[in-house]
Amino acid sequence: MTDTRQRAYALRARFAQMGAQVVEPPVLQPAGLLLDLYGEDIRARAYVTSDALRGEQMLRPDFTVPVVQMHMAHGAEPARYTYAGEVFRRQEDDPERASEYLQVGYEVFDRTDPAAADAEVFALISEVTAPLGLRASTGDIGILMAAVDGLDTSDRRKAALRRHIWRPRRFRALLDRFSGRVPQPETRAALLAGKTATDAPLTGLRSQAEIDARIAALRADAAEPPIAAAQMECLDALLNVRETLPFALSQLHDLSVDLPAIRPAVKRLDARAKALAARQIDIDSLEFETSYGRTSMEYYDGFVFGFYADGRPDLPPVASGGRYDALTRRLGQGAEIPAVGAVIRPGLLVDLERAQ
Amino acid sequence: MIKLGVPSKGRLMEKTFDWFDKRGITLTRTGSDREYAGAVEGVEGVALVLLSAGEVPRELAAGHIHLGVTGTDLIHEKLPLWEQQVEPLAEMGFGHADLVLAVPRGWVDVDLTDDLDAVAAAFRATHGFRLRIATKYHRLVRDFLRDAGVADYAIVDSQGATEGTVANETAEAIADITSSGETLRANHLKILSDGLILASQATLWRSRTAAVDDTDRAVLRALVDRLI
Repeated sequence: MTDTRQRAYALRARFAQMGAQVVEPPVLQPAGLLLDLYGEDIRARAYVTSDALRGEQMLRPDFTVPVVQMHMAHGAEPARYTYAGEVFRRQEDDPERASEYLQVGYEVFDRTDPAAADAEVFALISEVTAPLGLRASTGDIGILMAAVDGLDTSDRRKAALRRHIWRPRRFRALLDRFSGRVPQPETRAALLAGKTATDAPLTGLRSQAEIDARIAALRADAAEPPIAAAQMECLDALLNVRETLPFALSQLHDLSVDLPAIRPAVKRLDARAKALAARQIDIDSLEFETSYGRTSMEYYDGFVFGFYADGRPDLPPVASGGRYDALTRRLGQGAEIPAVGAVIRPGLLVDLERAQ
Repeated sequence: MIKLGVPSKGRLMEKTFDWFDKRGITLTRTGSDREYAGAVEGVEGVALVLLSAGEVPRELAAGHIHLGVTGTDLIHEKLPLWEQQVEPLAEMGFGHADLVLAVPRGWVDVDLTDDLDAVAAAFRATHGFRLRIATKYHRLVRDFLRDAGVADYAIVDSQGATEGTVANETAEAIADITSSGETLRANHLKILSDGLILASQATLWRSRTAAVDDTDRAVLRALVDRLI
């Protein structure tokens, strides 16, 4: 057995000591579900294969989705799971990155005290990576989501912003338009003025009723006042919070005076900071960034974190994780449960230890 | 021996032959019409390899040919990190074709990728599946849509008659190569104003991976000097 595999099993054994049940999801996952969750972009990251009976399958790009599915189907509560095995990622842009590597994970499904569960997962990863002195970055997608929900604007605009939280550039473009910082495109103005006509017959599945509905929605949106400059300033300030945790918290508390909608999320961050401190995490030096994790896979919706090797910007994070309550809702067919988890790459651990 | 890969048939082959001819190098197909053998006159140490334009990228990347003629679209679609594998030497001024994103002309509410994204979200909510885009250029289209921030779409593979997929209701939009836009118009489709994915033309490429000895290097240098 290689060093990496030995290390993977040792980590899994450590996680099992925490009361986690060892699970082994299959390597082949139905592609449909992953495509539904991540959209077409997943094809650029996952290996797709197929057979005549089962249709399109993917070599598992991560364990979280199958573990959540399994738990939602027949898991008892609360539950802790651990696993160790290969994940497969297509690399189209960087031939130096591994396309197949071992991942060990720890997932907690527990509704009693989410802040304590967040801290439990973070502290566990911190413990097993401690000898390497990694740098941890943290964030909280829930704060940004709450800020969007709290904007004084139409539900349609909020839904559009929420949908693109994980695409920062597009999110910014939408905000610029909704706040009037950027004028609407000329063709949109022409459409609203009723100056767009066509003699072409309508082809395809999208009906005239759908087109009319969108035009009506665009008209309603054009009548909607822009998002107020003051709110935009608060949102910009929120997106720029990047501090050690105590300072970040104090900035967020200040911002919540003008953005009362983020209060519950900031309160959760407060509780998490206390729970982390109770587990001997040095929160005074812990980095927090509101925008952290916005370009990763889009199932995290609360606490997010990653552990990085300083001086090795070429390496992906050694460990990463976060809270994904919404994913359990999505896969739970009506059921839901707060859940948080993390994965670690034993191969990177072994490499970094050798380099030390 | 320097190997030059050239499309084996049609207008692309003829225009390529003309292009080399203008530069004093005569390429000819030899043998019967069905035999893919060729000859090079006007320069020593160069062999002609006739092959399908679609195979040129792969052969360049594998280092089986030193030089090759094919469209930008095929290089970009078929070779990830193409800059590391091939170098463009000359745009040849023919074989112009744009890879574009097109939707039904009846969609008066859609002019930009921005609109397409909004429509994709609504379409998925209404129909229960993602808005389908038919194309054979999967990678180029996916990268383009990711940069444009379009979500909630699905790519469906279409290797031919792509413009017909919308009327046949097997796709809602298409991404395909067009040179004049005639076929798009005939199928009641329009190009999005910001829907140009790639402007392609026939291009002469050099393989960065093909092995060369000193003689090859000299031949290659002399040849390239004459060509560009």
